[in-house]
Amino acid sequence: MQAFLDAFTAALRLVASGDQDLIRIILLSLKVSLSAVCIAALIGIPLGGLIALSRFPGRQALIVMFNALMGLPPVVVGLMVYVVLSRSGPFGVLNLLFTPTAMIIAQVILVLPIIVSLTRQTLHSLWLEYRETLQSVAATPAQCLAAVLWDGRFMLITAILVGLGRAIAEVGAVMIVGGNIDNVTRVMTTAIALEASKGDLALALGLGFILLMISMALNILAHGLTAFGEPERRS
Amino acid sequence: MLLGPMVDLARAVAARLIATALIVVAATAFSTQSSGAEPSYITVASTTSTQNSGLFRHILPKFTETSGIEVRVVAVGTGAAIRLARSGDADVLLVHHKASEEKFVAEGFGVRRYPVMFNDFVIVGPSADPARSAREPDAAKALVMIARVGAAFVSRGDNSGTHKREVEFWAMGGIDPSAASGTWYRQTGSGMGATLNVGAAMGAYALSDRSTWLSFANKRDLRVLVEGDPRLRNEYGVILISKKRHGHVKSREGQAFIDWLRSVAGRSAINGFRIGGKRLFTAIE
Repeated sequence: MQAFLDAFTAALRLVASGDQDLIRIILLSLKVSLSAVCIAALIGIPLGGLIALSRFPGRQALIVMFNALMGLPPVVVGLMVYVVLSRSGPFGVLNLLFTPTAMIIAQVILVLPIIVSLTRQTLHSLWLEYRETLQSVAATPAQCLAAVLWDGRFMLITAILVGLGRAIAEVGAVMIVGGNIDNVTRVMTTAIALEASKGDLALALGLGFILLMISMALNILAHGLTAFGEPERRS
Repeated sequence: MLLGPMVDLARAVAARLIATALIVVAATAFSTQSSGAEPSYITVASTTSTQNSGLFRHILPKFTETSGIEVRVVAVGTGAAIRLARSGDADVLLVHHKASEEKFVAEGFGVRRYPVMFNDFVIVGPSADPARSAREPDAAKALVMIARVGAAFVSRGDNSGTHKREVEFWAMGGIDPSAASGTWYRQTGSGMGATLNVGAAMGAYALSDRSTWLSFANKRDLRVLVEGDPRLRNEYGVILISKKRHGHVKSREGQAFIDWLRSVAGRSAINGFRIGGKRLFTAIE
């Protein structure tokens, strides 16, 4: 228990000191993961909606594929993005390796399957509920998708939060494509790994507590928005 | 009465808020690239020992101040650092396995190897010392003693400079520990600090560079048992990646960094880095 107490004190001391490095690391973590989740949501929600509402050959295979990709190990994604962005790789000329952009790309790949799958699941049940009504008023497919997306918008927050959880917690991918460079690509999780490898377990755990608090704050914010915007579904 | 419209308004506001948040964050994502004219920087592929010990944090600001060149360090094992450099993902390589470094230059990936600094390796182990290897002057012999009693030994197992040297010492003693992998010989496949964490938890022996050991905060029952064998010298070399192999290499800035490391200012910065009054690296003239 002493270890947790030490970690907690370390976390409090860090937060209280307003350490510039810590603030920079937190901001970069937020920037990378929130960007990745937003991009994944902008692609994944319409894609998940399309899969939920339409019928086409290979649809089942696509659903299974996205479900399976939810379990993709971050290290594997990191290696794939590394190979592509390396100077010896096809997109090496872009000079993106070891930049926050590379980290965002890796996290988009990690988060996209989660958002697609959860969106499809959520909208599928809504679609079963609304299909007859929408078809009776001869709504076009685009109108159907828009209606279902709009009505499910608050439920989709869960999909986005699960994606954010994956993005902000993973270390394997950002370590490889970001390189954990001080002041440039160091985020919360890679900083935790670094402190652990220095044997400073209290500081590593303390940073872990801070990450947990940030994650809590984001979830409270999202929960508040949902409850505020959709009072009749509040539970 | 007014409650209905109020709730509608609140909902509309909530939806707007979400939409705005999405747009703002998406915009910052794309701003990562266009953050203006970056100051010149080089990427240095190096080892965990130089980073974990805090050496770079101590010396790099001094170099940046005099040169205006920012140094971005990617700290991995020597094997991985060399692979990064071969792919052209770094401008300068700063590692510690002379044979691998010379091969790297001979193959045309590096311009030239310069010795920069040295420290030494130590064999650490539990204070009970079941192998009775403490103060054994011959490091290879000490490993033989550990193997003979089958005392737990944690190895990096990650093709790093330290790991390669450890393998060499086993070979000197005529022992192939990989046959015992999983029994008393444990390969962690990770960095020096992570390996020391495992060793500290298991009460196992390990070969470590002295700087990582000194700055390592979770020693528990481990202590230095074997040191001083001249073969335990741990030399770091620095190499500029060849522009002939990788045209994008920032040769001028990279060479400036190498020249600075070898200059009086660079050497005194390296020598001036101390933890608890102890010098961790000694610059080579």
